[in-house]
Amino acid sequence: MAKKKADRRRAPAAESQGKHPPVRLKIRRQDAPDKPETRRWETFEVEYLPQMNVISALQQIQKHPVTVAGVEVAPVVWDCSCLEEVCGACSMLINGRVRQACSALVDVISPKGKPIVLEPLRKFPLVRDLMVDRSRLFESLKRIRAWIEIDGTHPQGPGPRQSQEQQEELYPLSRCMSCGCCLEACPQYGPHSDFVGAAVISQVRLFNAHPTGALQKSERLEAIMGPGGIADCGKAQNCVEVCPLGIPLVDSIQTVAGETSRRFILSWLLGWSSDGG
Amino acid sequence: MAETTAPTSARSRVHRVIVVGGGLAGLMTTLRLCEANVPVLLVSLVPVKRSHSVCAQGGINASVNAGEGDSPAIHMEETVYAGDFLANQPPVQGMAQAAPELVHLLDRMGVPFNRTPEGRLDFRRFGGSLFHRTAFAGATTGQQLLYALDEQVRRYETIDVTDSRGISVPGEKLVHKLEYWDFLSLVRDDHGVAIGIVAQNLRSMRIEAFRGDGVCLATGGPGAIFGRSTNSVICTGTAASAVFQQGAVYANGEFVQVHPTAIPGADKLRLISESARGEGGRIWVPRDARDARRPADIPEGERDYFLERLYPGYGNLVPRDIASRALFQVGFHEGRGIFNPSTGKNELEVYLDLTHLDPILLKKKLSGILEIYQKFEGEDPYTQPMRVFPAVHYSMGGLWVDYETQGDGSLVAQSPRNHAASIPGLYAVGEVDFQYHGANRLGANSLLSCLYGGQLAGPALSAYQSALARSAADLPASLFDREKARESERFDDIMERAQGEKSTENAHVLHAELGEAMLRDCTIERHDAALRQLLAKLDELGERAKRVRVVDRSGRANQTAQFVRHFQNMLVLARVIAAGALERNECRGAHYKPACDPEVTPGAVGRDDENWLRTTLAVASETGEPKFIRSFDYECAGRTLRVTDEVDTSLTQPRARRYQQAGEANTAGRGPSRVAQGSRSERTERGHGEEEG
Repeated sequence: MAKKKADRRRAPAAESQGKHPPVRLKIRRQDAPDKPETRRWETFEVEYLPQMNVISALQQIQKHPVTVAGVEVAPVVWDCSCLEEVCGACSMLINGRVRQACSALVDVISPKGKPIVLEPLRKFPLVRDLMVDRSRLFESLKRIRAWIEIDGTHPQGPGPRQSQEQQEELYPLSRCMSCGCCLEACPQYGPHSDFVGAAVISQVRLFNAHPTGALQKSERLEAIMGPGGIADCGKAQNCVEVCPLGIPLVDSIQTVAGETSRRFILSWLLGWSSDGG
Repeated sequence: MAETTAPTSARSRVHRVIVVGGGLAGLMTTLRLCEANVPVLLVSLVPVKRSHSVCAQGGINASVNAGEGDSPAIHMEETVYAGDFLANQPPVQGMAQAAPELVHLLDRMGVPFNRTPEGRLDFRRFGGSLFHRTAFAGATTGQQLLYALDEQVRRYETIDVTDSRGISVPGEKLVHKLEYWDFLSLVRDDHGVAIGIVAQNLRSMRIEAFRGDGVCLATGGPGAIFGRSTNSVICTGTAASAVFQQGAVYANGEFVQVHPTAIPGADKLRLISESARGEGGRIWVPRDARDARRPADIPEGERDYFLERLYPGYGNLVPRDIASRALFQVGFHEGRGIFNPSTGKNELEVYLDLTHLDPILLKKKLSGILEIYQKFEGEDPYTQPMRVFPAVHYSMGGLWVDYETQGDGSLVAQSPRNHAASIPGLYAVGEVDFQYHGANRLGANSLLSCLYGGQLAGPALSAYQSALARSAADLPASLFDREKARESERFDDIMERAQGEKSTENAHVLHAELGEAMLRDCTIERHDAALRQLLAKLDELGERAKRVRVVDRSGRANQTAQFVRHFQNMLVLARVIAAGALERNECRGAHYKPACDPEVTPGAVGRDDENWLRTTLAVASETGEPKFIRSFDYECAGRTLRVTDEVDTSLTQPRARRYQQAGEANTAGRGPSRVAQGSRSERTERGHGEEEG
């Protein structure tokens, strides 16, 4: 079994000596957000390479920026950095699905040589072609105070002891790379609303669950109870479906929702003012 | 939004220091400056959270594990030994001593380090040591460290700047971040002092000058010079090259680390961390080079665990230069890499085998890298050995930077000389500097050197600013306009060059040729004849670069034009690396010439301490060619200082490296005092149980 699998994986490499058909890409382009008249599709064909991903296809276009119609055009503009799915830069819509371009292997997404369709994320302001502006996500992290309030970088000895179970809960949450996939897939998120989205709510859970982070728990809960906060979640659960790192985003939303309800009830019982936190 | 207008282009009440680069080193420098109440302009090519530090996997070294008899002294010695004695020892000692507190600091910041049952930090083994010294967060430690610092810096983005009376300056936060800006050059006053930078917005393509009371480059390594490497695509070395061309001294450029275990890809070579071996992974090839069986069917006795055979003392955890050469020997020279039945050839690849280890433990400690393997290779590393081969990974060389010691050999914590580059007012920190790693970096020391460097550079810049007679904010605009105009002209040249001509070039095509030539002639093995050919190839590429035509005519997010600039700068550093390799006639660490190896060339000298125990110092000549010098003068905070190429070996005596023998990497001949899981040390009884660090 395993041997067959390995051989199958190698097969395209042997075929690439000229037999494998070229890879076709249909790409949504636009020169600038204020130039809607430049919105268009362009189709390119690039050589098939073993272990090829969408990034290496785009890299080939940089070397030879000519469409299938034989027209020389500007190379496609997109964001990328690490190419191993830890930096979060290369999010785009690939065949209609939001994901990272680096981990989109051609053999997997286009096994029968169907054209690969690339489009920019739709929930964020366009910069150009496949590049969008996700700075709103980082602004939201400021709003919920997504950090541990250390007293300073001077020597203070070890941090709080934590159990292995605790580490295993926090580590997956801490891997969120702010790629924006969960926001793209969320019906509530977008230019029409100020909902912060799952990625940001999950960071509230992360910092509130940390022994030191918990000391500022109420501030974070107050922030996430405000406009655009957790109450705006429509429970579509698309976020967890598209997260490239499998972060348990729905769990995070439920956890934070539980914490905010408890806080709300408590503040109602004790007569706290909700903006007094 | 990222296209914020420049807060320092106009005369401003806020006197900022500029940090270029938002990876681990840049963020640590920024944090330390903020703590000293120095406002920072943080300029980054990408959102700082996407910096290349995210790619570091295995962990960070700190000799916290005193139970094994480990100590900062041993950490220092093993670092220096792995670096083949080319590193200045006082900064390495400072780094090793600071490491435990730095790791505690990260823990306090919330880094989800793996834990022991007692709830303390867990440590694993890494290359070049027998101790469990490496703290880790799964196998995505760099990502987790970067995020922790990113969060701390974000906090300072919300804190107001206060003036000398403690009153908030309206609208000014301690950190002002400019993301998607490309560093172009330093702005210098008429005495050559760095007073700011010129940068380009990568969306609007606007070129702007910024004022800074000191400039710190934390811009990472130049891996892209080698085409595909384990580096992110942003690691082009463009900023280091730009300041080199402006006169900064570049040191030890020829020392480029090749990591033994990466996986191939059409776009990049993805790293499989040394921690795989730290947790017990084993490297092997079939004894029979034509063995076509699947690896699980090859019995133990028919496998050659060649690292364990050649280096019984350190086994699979020999330092990277040695492991990469051994892989190259087996795969390339002996043709014993994994046999590929479909082509009938032996690949360069070898097996990295984890299948004998507990899958639950692997998932907890290594899932990050095992996921990468699974995702990109489509095979299950829990049940099948991974196929790996060497790839360019790290530059030990970089901008020359200073340090200041006091009587007892320790570093002066607040000295403005620490991390000062040779241009007054310029500092460098992280992979872009040359300090700490000598001729070969020890695994899990890179994250540490970034943090320690930042810990020193922050106070150094703060001291530098305090000593300034006049802030950059009060200098005439003409100084800034002059440099901005020069860079605008250069950009226009890139845009207009070769337009309308018939025979033109594409920078990405030239880059692929550069990478191919550098990989072939300037990595694991270096031959003088090939290096001369390589230099000729670089000349040719330089000529052809003059005919590069930018196809993209747009004034918005023009990545094509940006890449032409980066490529030109890569060519300059490529020459520093290749010419440095040609110059240095010896074998030391990652720099290996078969003609200098007595085992290949009888009578050759091997490592030549008499002639080459010295720092390579390169400066740009008038034509931009590197010129090698033995000494220079530089100015720091009003003093002129003489610098020579002598290496400070005052703490431990240089000696030949012998990783065949366990415990040889430190003078005490130490291994862990308690038998530790996964350790194959035969001399574990030699240490003393409860020695304090």
